[in-house]
Amino acid sequence: MKVLAKSPWAVHFNCNSCNGCDIEFLACLTPLYDLERFGVLHIGNPKHADILVVTGSVNHRNARVLENVYIQVPDPKVVVAIGVCTSTGGIFADCYNILGGIDKVIPVDVFVPGCPPRPEAIIDGMVQSLAKLEAKRAGKKVEPARKPTFTFRPPAEAEAPVTPSPAGSAGRGGKE
Amino acid sequence: MSRITVIPFGPQHPVLPEPIQLRLELKDEKVVSALPVVGYVHRGLEKLVETKDYLQTVYITERVCGICSFIHSVAYCQGIETIMGVEVPPRARYLRVIWSETHRLHSHLLWFGLLADSFGFENLFMQIWRAREAVLDLQEATAGARVILGTCCVGGVRRDIDQTGRDLTLATLDKLEQDIKKIANPILKDYGVQQRTVGIGRISRELTYERGAVGPTARAAGIAQDLRQTGYAAYGELDFQPVVETAGDCYARLQVRVREMNQSIELIRRALERMPASPISVPVKGNPDGETVSRVEQPRGEVIYYLRGNGGKNLARMRIRTPTFANIPALLAMLPGAELANVPVITLSIDPCISCTER
Repeated sequence: MKVLAKSPWAVHFNCNSCNGCDIEFLACLTPLYDLERFGVLHIGNPKHADILVVTGSVNHRNARVLENVYIQVPDPKVVVAIGVCTSTGGIFADCYNILGGIDKVIPVDVFVPGCPPRPEAIIDGMVQSLAKLEAKRAGKKVEPARKPTFTFRPPAEAEAPVTPSPAGSAGRGGKE
Repeated sequence: MSRITVIPFGPQHPVLPEPIQLRLELKDEKVVSALPVVGYVHRGLEKLVETKDYLQTVYITERVCGICSFIHSVAYCQGIETIMGVEVPPRARYLRVIWSETHRLHSHLLWFGLLADSFGFENLFMQIWRAREAVLDLQEATAGARVILGTCCVGGVRRDIDQTGRDLTLATLDKLEQDIKKIANPILKDYGVQQRTVGIGRISRELTYERGAVGPTARAAGIAQDLRQTGYAAYGELDFQPVVETAGDCYARLQVRVREMNQSIELIRRALERMPASPISVPVKGNPDGETVSRVEQPRGEVIYYLRGNGGKNLARMRIRTPTFANIPALLAMLPGAELANVPVITLSIDPCISCTER
């Protein structure tokens, strides 16, 4: 019981990111922030991983690669999306080559907002994902995460007042 | 056996932090030729700039690459200032040098960590990144953010470094210098590291020049070319001399970067010492009208910004030539003849930044 959530291995895929989130994610693995205390080990092979960490938005070329990497991660798996680009495209949202957030291609379990998010927020997101991983392992149905409402509002709700983000969909953001 | 095998190196590969594919043609274990396949990180920033205000563009240029973001914004702001004839106050020029050099420090340390990781030297990776956190903390204390600072603006900078910040910077640099000394020995003198780097990925001075390599890749092959020699920002007043090695292999590129880190520490100290008192920014009015080319030195080499404004608030055209783009032809010259096991080390030795390259 809870074996999986004690040693979740993470594979990182840079989708369309500017490297800001990637180096913050790598910084999380190193001695100061030390994600390994939660058992998280960074590995290169998606077939060994439980957590897929994605940074950046999708474009026409890497959408297929992202999907391939996602399919190769064995079930149960969770997806942690780091940075505002993963939910909307962020500062690049208006670029001609950006399709939008990665949730257009794969289901996302935790969104970590920020540009780039602080390592503390990334760690928070990873820890939240562990609960979802455990729920998936137990066979419960886990809904995909909603986008953080203080960085993104769906067009239909654009007129509605901003509501606090639901638990489990957002880490504590950086200086937004 | 002399059949040609094609191995796709990337786009998702353990040693590559970013997606690029090198299609390697192998004869047994030897690389015969390499073909880069790009486009995985292309966003289309140059077109995006045409729809944004030229002051907002500073934030976009910072996100061309998250590792050397401040230096990108310096290049852009200098270009706009040249077009609009804005004279930047001297203190702002020194502050730009200080943050540029902290970015160079953290970029080089980051690269060392990744290189150590590509040897399978994971402990060294952890040690280097522990030392690197000091630079990020320093950036956070002086500029307000860890990675993407947002401090450079057209007409100067947004934040000043006061006496407290200055003391903190000097104390951090002293500690960092000790850390680098401790790390440099295992990097440069270790038998294992030397086995993996000396004579690997060698490229001659002539070929480097022919292929148009820039930055540490060119300087490791004996080309004393560094844009900081032109004295942009305050580099002209800091007695800058480029770091040059002649061997042209992975080990020489390592040596250049170790020495550049020490040089960056020295440059920040000098800049703090000689920084005059003055305002840190001047107000900018009007819109850019005209064209210019702005060149600055990044951790990876020379970056070129071509900017053209036509009197409107949007730029008519922005074109970026990034250092990795210039170094990829040199990389393709290094790879043929290399063992497959050395390909990750050789690829990392030019410090590839795909996010810059594809914009």
